[in-house]
Amino acid sequence: MIYFLELAGRPIKLFVEESGKIVLLFLSALTWLVRPPLRLRLIAKQMEFVGVQSLSVVMITAAFAGMVLALQTYYGFRMFGGESLVGATVALSLTRELGPVFTALMVTGRAGSAMAAELGTMKVTEQVDALYTMSVNPVQYLIVPRILAAVLMVPILTILADFIGIVGGYFVGVHLLGINSGIFMARIVEFVEMDDITNGLIKSAFFGLILSLIGTFKGFYTTGGAEGVGKATTEAVVYASVSILISDYILTALMF
Amino acid sequence: MIRLEQVSKAFKGQIVLDHLDLEIEKGKITVIIGQSGGGKSVLLKHMIGLIRPDSGHIYVNGIDIVSLDDKKLNDIRKKFGMLFQAAALFDSMNVGENVAFPLIEHTRLPRKEIMKIAEEKLLRVGLKNVSHKMPSELSGGMRKRVGLARAIALDPEIILFDEPTTGLDPVMCDAIDRLIVETQKQTEATCVIISHDIPSTFKIANKIAMLYQGKIIEMGTPDEVRSSTNPVVQNFIEGKST
Repeated sequence: MIYFLELAGRPIKLFVEESGKIVLLFLSALTWLVRPPLRLRLIAKQMEFVGVQSLSVVMITAAFAGMVLALQTYYGFRMFGGESLVGATVALSLTRELGPVFTALMVTGRAGSAMAAELGTMKVTEQVDALYTMSVNPVQYLIVPRILAAVLMVPILTILADFIGIVGGYFVGVHLLGINSGIFMARIVEFVEMDDITNGLIKSAFFGLILSLIGTFKGFYTTGGAEGVGKATTEAVVYASVSILISDYILTALMF
Repeated sequence: MIRLEQVSKAFKGQIVLDHLDLEIEKGKITVIIGQSGGGKSVLLKHMIGLIRPDSGHIYVNGIDIVSLDDKKLNDIRKKFGMLFQAAALFDSMNVGENVAFPLIEHTRLPRKEIMKIAEEKLLRVGLKNVSHKMPSELSGGMRKRVGLARAIALDPEIILFDEPTTGLDPVMCDAIDRLIVETQKQTEATCVIISHDIPSTFKIANKIAMLYQGKIIEMGTPDEVRSSTNPVVQNFIEGKST
């Protein structure tokens, strides 16, 4: 009986342990964030990596998300003559949900995984220890710039994703499906409020925090050589993606 | 210079260091020998505060580093340079930037001056015109040399070497041994070397300590260790499995 209880409790124990470690790492990162020196070059480098280099993949995803959304809502709304609402539906879905979530998932796949792999490799090849021996704190040097970059860049990418997604929806709705351009735009202006956009951006900043924190955490605590790095990378992507979707529900329930 | 008193460390119930006592003399080359997986690297990492002991004290210049907070420990670490087993060069930086890294972090010298010092350190370890190369372009021996150049960048009082000749061919082993001796003479630093390379140990050591089952079972000059009556020491230095 005790054996089975132990067996059942093991994943819970692991979850609590991991959660505790993540919270401690986050607190440590917060402390190092306000301690000099502020490593602007490293932050800029990470912003370029997380933001600029994710631009194309996020834009393609957003464009096609907007396009398919327009297509699907058009076929649905046509059944009861609601085609004029396609623009507003596309815009609302994108600004509230799809823009932040798709952007975060794309950045997780591209940058979150890279964070885990890079830090994991540094850990198993003793580069992290080397930083300690040179009196440089790895949390400040490696983790803070990555978290800061993700928190700043994911919302910026989300703004662009929202815009490109709506443009995609406009292209399909107006040019391919024949919805009146004026009505398409007028409904967007009528239904989309500033709160929809800002709440979406607040969510995306939170997603940026989640993906970078989990990515760096998994990398920073990697053990076991090349196999460990692979495992850390996979876990970073899976845990961050699931956490983004779960927190999306919670944040949406609280915000809207 | 460095004194370990009753240091114990266990990982997941397995005792690695067991009430270990060791004193490292200033300005000497001390080589710690012992079996692979016997805790030599763990011991070395204790000396620079990378691992904290479960119990015991570690004194560096009379200061117990076990109880120090991160900030004070960082100040102590500035006295150290460390060459890791696989050099631990930063992949994202070229050779020049790797060597310049401690100088960039801990001095206010202009960039040009820092790069000049980095070049000087590289020359000291016998490397010329490699600053622009990435670590992935270097051979094992060159990586160790660059690692050594980085370790001595801030002219440390203490240099730790984690198996400096492991994985190198005999000629390169000899070159690294010479380099360690030359560097120690030039800098007058206290050198602590972890090794299981017996010929190399007897060639360069002023003092040899043998780690066995978590304790230092022999400590002395190379001659003293060679004439040790302890069968474990004799078997190890003669390379006998029983």
